[in-house]
Amino acid sequence: MSKIFVAGIGAVSPAGWNVAALRAALEKNEPLPMQTLARPGWEKSLNVRLVPVPATRLEFLAHPRLRRSSPITHYAAAASLEALAGLRANPEAKNLRLGVIACLQSGCVQYSCRFYDETLKNPATASPLVFPETVHAAPTSHVAALLENVALAQTLVGDPSIFLQGVALGAQWLAENRVDAALIFGADETNWIIADAFAHLDRRAVATAGAGAVCLCRDEKFSNGVELAAITDAHVFSARQNRTQAAQAMRAQLGNISAGEMLCDGLGVSPRADAAEQAAFSDCTNPRVSPKKIFGEGMMAAAAWQCVAACDAVAEKKSASASVSLVGSNQQAIGARFVRTEFGLSAVPAKGNIAP
Amino acid sequence: MLFPPKPSPTTPPRVVVTGAGIVTALGLGWKLNAEGFRAGRRAFRPVTHFDVSRQRVKIAAEIDLPENFPTTKLSAHQLNRLDRSGKMLLLAALEAWQQAGWEISENLPLVLGTTAGGMTLGEAYYRQAIQTPQHHRGQATRSIQYQAQVQARAVFDALGCSGPTTIISNACASGGNAIGHAFEMIRSGQAERVLAGGYDAVGELVFAGFDSLQALSPTMCRPFDAQRDGLALGEGAAILNLETLDGARRRGAEILGEVIGYATAIDQHHLTQPQPQGNTTLNVMRQACEVAKISPAEVDYINAHGTGTVLNDASEALAISEWAGARAATLPVSSTKASIGHLLGGAGAVEAVVSLMTLREQWLPPEIEFETPDAACKFFIVQKPQDAKMNVVLSNSFGFGGVNAALIFRRWA
Repeated sequence: MSKIFVAGIGAVSPAGWNVAALRAALEKNEPLPMQTLARPGWEKSLNVRLVPVPATRLEFLAHPRLRRSSPITHYAAAASLEALAGLRANPEAKNLRLGVIACLQSGCVQYSCRFYDETLKNPATASPLVFPETVHAAPTSHVAALLENVALAQTLVGDPSIFLQGVALGAQWLAENRVDAALIFGADETNWIIADAFAHLDRRAVATAGAGAVCLCRDEKFSNGVELAAITDAHVFSARQNRTQAAQAMRAQLGNISAGEMLCDGLGVSPRADAAEQAAFSDCTNPRVSPKKIFGEGMMAAAAWQCVAACDAVAEKKSASASVSLVGSNQQAIGARFVRTEFGLSAVPAKGNIAP
Repeated sequence: MLFPPKPSPTTPPRVVVTGAGIVTALGLGWKLNAEGFRAGRRAFRPVTHFDVSRQRVKIAAEIDLPENFPTTKLSAHQLNRLDRSGKMLLLAALEAWQQAGWEISENLPLVLGTTAGGMTLGEAYYRQAIQTPQHHRGQATRSIQYQAQVQARAVFDALGCSGPTTIISNACASGGNAIGHAFEMIRSGQAERVLAGGYDAVGELVFAGFDSLQALSPTMCRPFDAQRDGLALGEGAAILNLETLDGARRRGAEILGEVIGYATAIDQHHLTQPQPQGNTTLNVMRQACEVAKISPAEVDYINAHGTGTVLNDASEALAISEWAGARAATLPVSSTKASIGHLLGGAGAVEAVVSLMTLREQWLPPEIEFETPDAACKFFIVQKPQDAKMNVVLSNSFGFGGVNAALIFRRWA
């Protein structure tokens, strides 16, 4: 098995439209301010954290394919372009064959609600322009069209843990030489119905939206100084293994977390939802980053932010390695570890808080 | 570990099918479906599951689920939580599982393709939230049960198994991609056996969506006919048990057929329209043949994607004609969507089972209402029920968003 490296990362979150904004919010370690959404038929509004409107119009929206696309596509496209910026700027990487793997949990809910609402009112006037954008594969297709040199594409749905399944699939495509770079993005959007569903499941959860992207490559010269070291098996929730046991099995397979290694966990603000992961890492005194505590419940986007934060911590030399714990909501638990490469040691200038 | 994975075997193992379950509007199970497809029976009727009085088109190939569901390890409460699509998926899985005779496993990969999963539960959630906003009963359950991974979990719970689940949602290519992904998992040594397939139910949102696009036929679904005017929607599920040939032989299992080729790629032309010349389709058919180590001359029948829309069929016809070359003149092609409609995420999996049926029973599924071929068809469309000697079948699947998939099956004799 050849080594697999990280070529770049990207993020769109309630903090802003790039990794720098995500990083700044995580470093500040304070929950972002909330906004409210009206829920039809209710006086009380729902709390959410929304992605801010960009200060200037996003350049990629000029692409004809993205003209009518939904917010989830915008988030995915922005995160993907940021993750690929290094490769796209490198003349040696000009003709690389790309693979795109999209990971979604709820997908295109805004247009789905809009189209279904139109259908219930009068199907004869429901918009044919909106319907295709409701399909899970729409963001993948738009991102592939935007990037052009895409050889393979796959859209995976599931609970947030599948983001690491997507990363493993990308690594496999690279190992089998089916692509030269693999872009994995995780994205989800929110609206009143998502916030309403969270209110039914867990009143403390604050729905949010965005995307995160990780670009993998086989050639170290394209890397940002980060190597994919390990992804555990998928420890599924089943009749014989509950969520707590699955989280513990994942933790056991992830192995010892070395002193100073950063842990990017999926803990939020709900004791019930967090209990399994909390128990699995109860002995862990390592520095932690918990994006959901800052941004809210972003579903697949939140899983992607965890991986982006881990890669960013290693790339920025804040930690020699970083682990990711994804204990999904109703499917499985998976963990991963990213480490600094030899190349990364010399190529990236040192910053503060370097782990021993 | 998912990464680094086990090293791939130097020679990929051969992959065979030892179980197949199918549920369509033609009936539940292999036997009823084989009879229906062989005769070219059409299974459309007025839509009964939601109001279509204000829709342009009012028919679909709906399934009647059995009143008495087979006994499984699911409780009555768990079964009641499943929507129609989840029940179809479960019925297909039960048939496949029984046929294959696999032992219960705690680490059995499951790969499913679907476009909508439990969308009908999502629709119910929305209607209740809008129409009776103060009424919350059942909403929390719906918000969980509509997710495809929860339906997959129900399959495992019913069978008494568990394992990693992968859900592919490449629109109407999903079912074909799921089987192809499972094929690749076994060939790369990641698994010795995989349960794979696809499913989707006809729902109001999707029906209205295709109707709004004027993609539904107001007359009759006639794939590749010069007079075709659209597709018809259907619903159903299919599951295949894929395993290594060595494993199947060790068990003394009955082999239904062999998967010998698969390829997938993305057409970036348009979100809903194929590249007019069918370039991506041509490429995946060629690549699948390379994997299978066969030439087009060795393919005995193509189960086409053939939706019945003007653009899809023209593009696919050009691709098949170009790919087949001189072989086209004698190459039998048909689309079984003429019988059961377009099953979206379930289509590729159901058509994989149909491909296995044709190989095992040596007949060609006809399009009995077909009249005049499209000018792009250099091949012939099977129009009447007929027996045929067949060794290799290719099945195409394409989806909104542009993902194309081609699967190749070989007769096991």
